[in-house]
Parts: sequence; C-alpha cells; structure tokens
Amino acid sequence: MKVTGQTDMNDERKGRYTTVSIPVVLYNKIKELIRDTGFTSVSQYVAYILREVVAAHEEAKMAEPFTEEDKRRIIDRLRKLGYL
Amino acid sequence: MVSRPHGGRLINRAVTGRRKEALIEEASQLPKVEVTLEMAVDIENIAYGVLSPLEGFLNQEDYLHVLQDMRLSNDTPWTIPITLDVDPEEVAGVEEGDDITLTYLGKPLAIVKVEEIYGWDKKEHASKIYKTLDPAHPGVEETFRRKELFIAGPLDLIGEVPNPYEKYTLRPIETRILFREKGWRSIAAFQTRNAPHRGHEYVQKAALTFVDGLFINPLIGRKKRGDFKDQVILEAYEALIKHYYPKEVVVLAILRTEMRYAGPREAIHHAIMRKNFGCTHFIIGRDHAGVGNYYGPYEAWEIFKEFPDLGITPLFIREAFYCKRCDDMVNEKICPHSDRDRLYMSGTKIRELLSRGESPPEYMMRPEVAEAILRHGSPFIE
Repeated sequence: MKVTGQTDMNDERKGRYTTVSIPVVLYNKIKELIRDTGFTSVSQYVAYILREVVAAHEEAKMAEPFTEEDKRRIIDRLRKLGYL
Repeated sequence: MVSRPHGGRLINRAVTGRRKEALIEEASQLPKVEVTLEMAVDIENIAYGVLSPLEGFLNQEDYLHVLQDMRLSNDTPWTIPITLDVDPEEVAGVEEGDDITLTYLGKPLAIVKVEEIYGWDKKEHASKIYKTLDPAHPGVEETFRRKELFIAGPLDLIGEVPNPYEKYTLRPIETRILFREKGWRSIAAFQTRNAPHRGHEYVQKAALTFVDGLFINPLIGRKKRGDFKDQVILEAYEALIKHYYPKEVVVLAILRTEMRYAGPREAIHHAIMRKNFGCTHFIIGRDHAGVGNYYGPYEAWEIFKEFPDLGITPLFIREAFYCKRCDDMVNEKICPHSDRDRLYMSGTKIRELLSRGESPPEYMMRPEVAEAILRHGSPFIE
C-alpha cells in the first residue's frame, strides 16, 4: 500500500476516515479475494489487515507495569490469600 | 507471556500515601455526587486497571465512537460505554474544568476532573448496545432508568467500596504477577455467572488442555432474578476445584461488575477485562452474555471477527452434552450420534431441581457441587 505524497508522513489527520491510495490492480485483486467472505468493501478489509499489523507491532513494545517493590508486596499478599 | 494491557498501559488511578490524605481533605470541600454500588464498582475497576486504557468515564467523542464503531476515538476496540450519569440538578453550578467528589454511602470514593458534561440519547444507546428497544430486556430497562447527563473526566480513587469477597478479589496487577510466578505463559479466562454444571467443566477442561492455566472469573454484582447468588457460585466452584481439578493449574478470583446482558458486545467487553488481568485466551460459549432470545446462540462468536487487533484469543468451544453411546461428555463436533442418545445440560432444569432441594443427575452436575449449592436454603436471587 502506498500513501500518496511525501508530506503525508508528517500530516496529522482529523475526522473519522481518510483516504489512502493503493494500485488499482491490487484493489481489484482484493475485491475478488473478499467476495463471499463477509467483508463488505475493500476499505473494510484493508482496515482489518492494517489493524492486525499495528496490533502485532504494539505487542512487541510491552513494558512491565510494576516495580520490584510492587512485586514483593503483591507476592506477599498472594501467599497470605493462598494463591501461591 | 501474559497479555499486554489493553491500549498498551495498565492504568492505576488509585491514590496512596500523602497524596491520598491531601485529596481526601480536598474532597470534603468539593461538590458531591452520590453513586450507586454498580457505579462505585466501575470506579474501582477503572482505578485498578480492569478497564484499561480508560482513566475515567467516557467523553462524548469516545462515547459516540463506541456506539457507532465499537472502538474508542483512537481506534482501540471498546464495545460497552462506561459512563457516569447524573441529573442536571446534581451538577448545577459545576463547570468543565472543576473537580467533583463522587461518594458512595456518603463517603468520598473518588475525585473526578470534569472534562465534559453532555446529554445522550437513550433510544440510540439502547438500540446500538442491546440491539433492541424492548423494555423487557434488562439492559434496556436499565438504560431508560439512567439519568439525563453524562460526566466525563479522569478520576482518582481515594476510598474503597465495601467488599464481602476480599479473599477472592485480585487486581489486574496481582493476577499478572501471580501468573508469572506460576510460570504460566498462556492463560484461558472463563467468565461465568452460574454455579458450574458438567457442561461448564467440560468447556473449561477442553481449554485447559491447550493452555498453561485456567482463570475462573465469576462475575459478582447485580444480576437478574433467578440467577445464582454470588456466595453460592463461589462455594460451588470451590467444591468443583477441590474434587475435580488439579489445583496448581486453576485460579479462582472474582470480577466485581454488573451484567449488562448485551450479548455479543458484552462478550468483547468481557474479553478486554480478562486481557487486562493478563489472560491470553478467553472462552466463549453459547449465547455469551445473552438473555432471552435477543441474540443468536453463536452471535458472540461472530463479532470477534471484527476485532483482529483485540489482543486476546477467543476460544470458541461448543456446547457440551452427555452422550449415552459415547458414554462421555462430548459436543456436536466430536459425537456422531443422534439427539436420542444425547442428554443436554439444561440450566432451567437444574434450577428447578435445586429449588426443590433435589440434586440434579450426575451427568448434569457433580454431586459435591450440588451439595454445596443445596447447603443454601435459597440459592437464587429473588
């Protein structure tokens, strides 16, 4: 998929939807691909795929949401409650 | 590895130490709004990260996105609006930018920085969330009972909601550490509002075959008449785990929140909350979070197809039944026999027997579980 124009990389868009460009040949292939799959448009399918890709990238950036001190305190509580 | 918090960050809005003391002092000087138990529990859930990435109640932009697209305005999947409803007279004189104190049973519970006060359309809300305007639907009925305005803004938790089940209450940060300490890399969550019958056991064990640990997470809070009482559910599960599960692969802890009976939308919401607890998989059975005939039996399975970025894997496990010829608990995918040989788990039948003080047959419910339930003279919500 190709985003049109070089300036788009710094372009923060507003509103609910925007347009990106893909080659017509690719568009037609996707249109064929999604026939009878439940996807109602090429846009819906492209958004689905891109969300999957973005989620996979974000997954890789996970940080520990707690400190060592939190961990010690919580492990102590879990032991008292019988979970550990 | 436990799952990443929804939206990327586990929220913690529970204030501690000197800041808490200062905010409690400040809270006494602010305008006050009393909240219901259900709202108070939502406030705790926001503060402890159960509803991450929410840091407060939804603003109008997010609210409308959730209604329309089942996503927050930043595209994060979110299907059930978490909102704080107030009457206009309760917030007379309060302006955007002000702080207000939310109280529960007259005690300060949280401070909200008011970002926005907005009106909402109850019909639009009900038709989008519940897919019906039928007032017999408990979620619709509740929608029309709610107040006229919503208040949005981040909150700071400064109090606590009385909790009769402290022993069974784990925060997301605690379950995340617990799962790591147990060495679990894959965890299947099971949502329930029922005492367990053999069908539930089958579904849970089917999931457990493929993951490291099972997180049984009964929903404790407002339900409808005829549902099992909370204490009964917990005692029934304690009995099941004691007699029929390897203890080291199961964690039983509650989730305090109300049932909305929003079917497929609520299935996604339930999955998101369990993702925040660190679960990697979420079991979806037949008619998840449904009520009456408002949703198709497997509609909750279909909706997951719309969320490739949910970040928790749904486990679609078919309804289990006992087959006399297989002589086992099975499901329609693995049993070749006809209905004549099949004995289905009927929640209605089980309730009828239990309410007469009788144990359901063993193919429906383990005797130890039935015994735990029958120890309660009246096991159902009246």
